[in-house]
Amino acid sequence: MGLLSDPNRRRALISLLTRLNAPICVLCYFAAVCWFMGLSFEPFTLRTYMSENAMGSTMVEERFPAGERALATAKEFGAHKKKVGGMPVDWLVKTMQARGLEVFTQRFSRTLPFPDENNERYIVEGTNVYGILRAPRAPRTEALVLSAPCSPGDDNNQAVGLLLGLAHYFRNQVFWAKDIIFLVNEHDLIGMQAWLEGYHHTNTTGMDWSPLQGRGGSIQAALSLELSSDVVTSLDIVLEGLNGQLPNLDLANLFYAFCQKIGVLCTIQGRIQRNDWDSVSGYSHAVQTMMLMVMKQASGRSWGDHGLFLRYHIEAATIKGINSFRQYKTDATTVGRLLEGMYRKLNNLLERLHQSYFFYLMPSLSHFVSIGYYMPAFGLLAVILLLRALDLWVQLATPPSRNEDGVADIEQSSTGVLSVLTPLVISHLTGAALYMLPVRFQEMAVEHFQVSETEAVVLTAIAVYTGGLALPHNTHRLISGEGTEQGWRVLKLVAVLYLAVLLGCTALINFSLGFILALTLVPVASFVTPHVPKLLSAVVLVILSPAFTLLFSVFIFQELQEMPVSFQDGWMLYLSVISQGILDHYLYGSLVYPLIALMVYPCWLLFWNILFWK
Amino acid sequence: MAAPLTLLLVVAVTIRAALYRSSLAEVIAERVEVVSPITAWKRVIEGLALLDLGVSPYSGDVFHETPLVIYLFHFLVDYAEITFMLADVISAIALYLAVKEYNKQVVRKKQKFALEADRYPQDCLELIRSPKEMLYIPLKVAMFYLLNPFTILSCVAKSTCGLNNAVISLFILTTIKGNALLSAVFLCLATYQSIYPLTLCAPAMLYLMQRQYIPVNYRRASFWWFVVQYLFMYLGSLFVLICLSFFLLGSWDYLPSVYGFILSVPDLTPNIGLFWYFFAEMFEHFRLFFLCVFQINVFFYTVPLSIKLKDHPVFLMFMQLAVISIFKSYPTVGDIALYMALLPVWSHLHRFLRNIFLVSCVLLACSVLFPVLWHLWIYAGSANSNFYYAITLLFNVAQILLVSDYFYAFLRREHHLIHGLYLKKKDGSEATLVLK
Repeated sequence: MGLLSDPNRRRALISLLTRLNAPICVLCYFAAVCWFMGLSFEPFTLRTYMSENAMGSTMVEERFPAGERALATAKEFGAHKKKVGGMPVDWLVKTMQARGLEVFTQRFSRTLPFPDENNERYIVEGTNVYGILRAPRAPRTEALVLSAPCSPGDDNNQAVGLLLGLAHYFRNQVFWAKDIIFLVNEHDLIGMQAWLEGYHHTNTTGMDWSPLQGRGGSIQAALSLELSSDVVTSLDIVLEGLNGQLPNLDLANLFYAFCQKIGVLCTIQGRIQRNDWDSVSGYSHAVQTMMLMVMKQASGRSWGDHGLFLRYHIEAATIKGINSFRQYKTDATTVGRLLEGMYRKLNNLLERLHQSYFFYLMPSLSHFVSIGYYMPAFGLLAVILLLRALDLWVQLATPPSRNEDGVADIEQSSTGVLSVLTPLVISHLTGAALYMLPVRFQEMAVEHFQVSETEAVVLTAIAVYTGGLALPHNTHRLISGEGTEQGWRVLKLVAVLYLAVLLGCTALINFSLGFILALTLVPVASFVTPHVPKLLSAVVLVILSPAFTLLFSVFIFQELQEMPVSFQDGWMLYLSVISQGILDHYLYGSLVYPLIALMVYPCWLLFWNILFWK
Repeated sequence: MAAPLTLLLVVAVTIRAALYRSSLAEVIAERVEVVSPITAWKRVIEGLALLDLGVSPYSGDVFHETPLVIYLFHFLVDYAEITFMLADVISAIALYLAVKEYNKQVVRKKQKFALEADRYPQDCLELIRSPKEMLYIPLKVAMFYLLNPFTILSCVAKSTCGLNNAVISLFILTTIKGNALLSAVFLCLATYQSIYPLTLCAPAMLYLMQRQYIPVNYRRASFWWFVVQYLFMYLGSLFVLICLSFFLLGSWDYLPSVYGFILSVPDLTPNIGLFWYFFAEMFEHFRLFFLCVFQINVFFYTVPLSIKLKDHPVFLMFMQLAVISIFKSYPTVGDIALYMALLPVWSHLHRFLRNIFLVSCVLLACSVLFPVLWHLWIYAGSANSNFYYAITLLFNVAQILLVSDYFYAFLRREHHLIHGLYLKKKDGSEATLVLK
């Protein structure tokens, strides 16, 4: 406690921190970047290992024989799908019943806030079909889910076929201690959302669905299957769920362990892991894999049908079959055996998966970075904000001259409050406008301009965003007159602390999003004062604003996926990403759009305001 | 000064009324930071339902409020929102009047007397407070109470903590006004509600004695006579209240269910206090011992603080309120709001505060992190109770630092008022005060 009570030592420390503030901040920033880049260097990462006893030590034998029959079922399913022109509900019900399941259907409908141009849907109506295999060995208190989406066209027929094949095979086994629910959901995530809401009796997004007629126990784990070819070269596991939530690492471990056992090539982010970590290319491969995970997690989207399960405390992942030009192929029987093995292990669970990590990043399937390793990278960035705040506090606490009497002091403090409050309120109102207006005003925009609804929404959002830049720094002058030297310092102190708390909370919930925002916003927060060169700083500020961060992220993401795009295409992609983000919020309750609109953008506007302080 | 106060009251009531009408009210009423098992409105409703059915509200383990509160709401249940808003308004006005009176006394009596007697050293004149500076302090106190987000949350959640705060505020007001009987009655009401305000006995007696020029001296008969008088009024009204509760309910059920519940801490629902995690982790056979340690901890500070601050009973009262709200068994943010409302009274200590920046940052960050970590623990399932407890711990450490910082600043100002502002060492060089 010496530091907190001994005035001499405190003074020494504070003077050191204020004198060396700028170099320490720069150092911290580079240390944070280096730390983050170092995370994917293999010697610094941990090997994955199975933490859950119930899944680790027990042996299971996989005997699923009926891959060929599953593919035949898939063809039949495809034919019926084509005939009906959508989900062949009757056929599915009949087939599932023939396999001895309790079959139920659920109808749902949802009108999107505006048309989704990527998936070409506006008014969505559909049916989920699910069959429950009742556990013969235990009371029906727990359940596992295997789902496959019924996608338009010829996609995912094999997944549904394999699902039915597995259902048939599982039905004849006696060792199931948990109900197994086989779900075929229409309209991918929307159907999944309807089913999950129905299953848990919640309604968070205002969707219409018919109540479920049959239920299993509480769901312990779920896998979603995507398979579009008869043979696959590799299996890819997708972990990133809604709002950047990840399933327990043991689920990924389980997948990896079975891929190793059965000898299937497995990937994460569609990238095979390499063993040459000590070479430059090996290291950059790992970095890129992890960066892809960071980007995907930061987007807050659900990257597969599993993503919505995570919200209900259910560990889930999507397994994707990938068919590329490689020599070595895996047939449907092997994939079936892999799934059988995974379900038998999950069947052995005595409690929910909780032993392993929930906060992790994966540079490859066999290695992971846990929260204790990656948080310092964010912590170093947050320290910069605290140091800047301390610096400002010290400047505020030691005013240059004190010749005014008490009354003047009080007046000054009251204008100080006003000059902080006004920009705060105005920038938050701008943020609220950015959140509300795009969807509210789409009809008006469509009437007056030659645009489609989706374009109207996106363009309104961009217009409000840019309009916000003009607004706040003009209004505070109207209300509080001349801004004082003291005034901007107080405002900046508030803004810096606000940003620190905001980024801290974001990083706890979704590390990637917090880190990316911190990477761009922390430099802004630390250098902005009214005395820096206006034009140059304004350009830098705009380039580091959240909207441009998103634009850069789009290009970097494409680059990482080895699908570089031209600027024109990138711009179109950027627009569609914005519309998808807004849709994700309205359809599934993703929090990234409201976070950016209501919190991050107003906070950034405060710094914009400080730059143009008069 | 009535106009700004009225405006403030209108603003505060509007905010609360608007929040009652919004969908947020339900969410807030469920937050563990805002309601405790004792103060939760949901439980009061349950108690009322049982009472209406003719069953003792204390049968079952849901309701833990006192009988008077349940009979109060038996009549006012339809006007609950108004009752809670009224409680906040009463607290604010009581604090406003109390602080106004206290400031008047500080300036008129103590400071003037000391100045005339030429008791302060010459270089201390800048430490002396002018009435002009102190003009806005009562209003600030009312504002700190009414517009504090903690109070608003507590009121919107209809936590009965608002009623306790009103009673304690009235106790402060009557004490400062010098009315011994009413002070004892309100103190007894506060004690009846939650036991812990018992420790406020000491500052109340010290203050009243100071006001009546009775010296705090164990050898004087007048001292003992006053103590006996006050305790008689206090215990007498406590006796009346307890008997009244008994006659209302017709049984002694409520004693174990209210006071046993507060003292033995059987409900380990997470909250912002220190008890729940500790007692959830502990082996059962240590429970009684640590229960005693934790509970004695709350009461024990009365002794050293009363000795040190016997000339400054109002500051002692502030310290006691803070200690209670930090260490009590089921604290909520409403308790914190009460002592935080009194912070502007000590605004003249600001130049001696050392950690105020650090502490306010930590308090701010923690208040935001509570719901985030709760979400991660309970809903997302990715974090666990350790995360939440870590924040609780940090929050309480920050509060303790805040209070001890004010304590240190107060003592230091008193020291300077006696020894001069610019201290010299024996050899004539400038000296600094170090707390070790």
